[in-house]
Amino acid sequence: MVPQLPLRQIYVASSLWKKNLAAAGPQKFTQEFIDKQVEEFEVGKRHLANMMGEDPETFTQEDIDRSIAYLFPSGLFEKRARPVMKHPEEIFPKQTAIQWDAEGRPFHFLFYTGKQSYYSLLHDVYEKILYMRLIQLMELLLSMPYCSLEEEFILKFRKQLEVQSSKYEIPALQYDPQGVAFSVADGRRKSAKASITLRDSGSGNITINGRNYLHYFPVLQNREQLMFPLLFVGMMGRFDIEGSVEGSGHSAQAGALRLAISRALLSFVSEGEVEKMRQAGLLTADPRIRERKKPGQEGARKKFTWKKR
Amino acid sequence: SSTDGPKSAHFDICSKNLKYKFSENAFNTNILKRHSGQYYTLPPTHIQKLFPYGLPPRFQLQIKTFNEGCVMVRPPALELISYLKRADYSKPPLRYVLYGDIGTGKTMSLCHALHYCYSQGWLIVHVPDAHLWVKNCKELLPSSSRPSRFDQPIQASQWLKNFKITNERFLSKVQLERYVWTKRESTEKGQPLGELIDQGVNRMKSSSDVVGAVLRELRLQAGGATEGEGAFKLAVAVDGVNALWGKTSLKKEDRTMCEPEELTLIHNLRKMMKNNWSGGAILTALSQTGSVFKPRSAYLPSELLGEEGFDNMEPFVPVSVSNYNEKEFESCYLYYLDRNWLQHPHSRSEEGKKELIFLSNKNPSILERLCAFL
Repeated sequence: MVPQLPLRQIYVASSLWKKNLAAAGPQKFTQEFIDKQVEEFEVGKRHLANMMGEDPETFTQEDIDRSIAYLFPSGLFEKRARPVMKHPEEIFPKQTAIQWDAEGRPFHFLFYTGKQSYYSLLHDVYEKILYMRLIQLMELLLSMPYCSLEEEFILKFRKQLEVQSSKYEIPALQYDPQGVAFSVADGRRKSAKASITLRDSGSGNITINGRNYLHYFPVLQNREQLMFPLLFVGMMGRFDIEGSVEGSGHSAQAGALRLAISRALLSFVSEGEVEKMRQAGLLTADPRIRERKKPGQEGARKKFTWKKR
Repeated sequence: SSTDGPKSAHFDICSKNLKYKFSENAFNTNILKRHSGQYYTLPPTHIQKLFPYGLPPRFQLQIKTFNEGCVMVRPPALELISYLKRADYSKPPLRYVLYGDIGTGKTMSLCHALHYCYSQGWLIVHVPDAHLWVKNCKELLPSSSRPSRFDQPIQASQWLKNFKITNERFLSKVQLERYVWTKRESTEKGQPLGELIDQGVNRMKSSSDVVGAVLRELRLQAGGATEGEGAFKLAVAVDGVNALWGKTSLKKEDRTMCEPEELTLIHNLRKMMKNNWSGGAILTALSQTGSVFKPRSAYLPSELLGEEGFDNMEPFVPVSVSNYNEKEFESCYLYYLDRNWLQHPHSRSEEGKKELIFLSNKNPSILERLCAFL
């Protein structure tokens, strides 16, 4: 008989028993689990189609959303908290494929650099050009004759930037009975609303709410704001501006007028200039508004005096 | 001192005509018209004597910086001077009121016209800012002569000192009346004006009454002798004349507001404004910046003077002063360039000039403040 060794109880801290949730990372789902979910989703989709009396073959995701909203009406404001039936691919987070084999050896030879795809790209490019001057030399490459031979290669690294200025609607250019061109535009900034009429062949007079802009905006900064769109486009003494503005304070009114002037200028200006104006930030409406005052605090950010005891 | 090629030609042509020296016939109408929009230099002796404190404070700073006082010849001043030349001085004096927006150059035009009067040998009674007598007075004494009035000894003695500096050659004038100041002091008949003024400067208590006496004497004597040694023409120049009929910001001892009539200085000045004397002219300018309890948008005579003031001042010749026109703006810009006042390289280019035009809307004072930090 084997002598029984005395058993000694080993006391371990209870924190070790609890699962270390942080170290585990995001919850991992096995591939079989996900496949099972997909099957269940398909079957459920067909059941739902039968319930709603529609054809199971042509039952799209929109129809599913509609039916769920009908069958489970929810009064919750947060759209993401409402009942949802979607394909498991969209619900369960995608997991990156495991990068190493069963023994723990990584597949890619540059895995331990941390940026394996980047360095591998460098290795590819290295034969042709060094990276530090990659961009410059790419451009040089482009400027050389016969660069079309490498076009396919270069296009892999070039991304087409969409010209977003085409998304702006340009106010229509209207004509006075005298034949003078004018355009009308609006602008808003922080609860100040402005509306202006920009007339051509003027001499640079600006009237706001019936008063001269020098009287309406005694502060230099506001007048500079008004000047900026005209200065940028280079049409300083050409227009007469007649505007009305209300609400908020003087800086916000100046900002609203500036936006309105830039929008009105769009109809007098060429396409390339429109893009330049957009990049200069003249056409973007400033989204900043007054932050809400929170309960338990003096203002939006300021807290009450902190007393230690 | 011209900068780049294409612009320098324009600059050279203008710089020859930019400034001209003040000379004896400088106030000849034809010469003035020809030089309209250009600057002329005030001789330093005249500045010291005539305008110890009469010019706008920023202009005084500019004189100190540039080491010369240059005034632009502008249509309102030309108009005033032409009226002064053609007026008939045996009749009651004409009242001229310069009015206009803030910062358009009313005080400067007034000073220009006053310089003309000085060079013609007139006696100048210049109140640089009537608003100073109506607000911020530290001492307000009950009047020694009349019980319901209040004196301002500091302002009165200050004014008398400046009057003495300006009108030195008239101080040996003979006076007519006998004035009693206190039980022991009195000025006899036939004493020169200078002594009267010294009396006011030395004895602060009765300085406001002295001011009243001086004004009265001048009124009586201005139209008196038309030839001989005693002849002189009187120019009464008041800047900020709307202070005389507006409200004050002074309080009496029982904490009620003071009315303008209750102040000796204001009362005497109002008497001066009436045209019951002859042999001179009354030049005035309105001012909103120093005024008490008036909105910023008010600039017309009816708004700033109020009903009472308008009735008192009527009939008057209104002269409107406005912002620079193209030529004047050009001239001012070239003057600053000439004096190397515009340091920023961008301000010397065409775009910079357009920016200046836009930001100041060709208003003289705003342009000056703008260029101050360029």
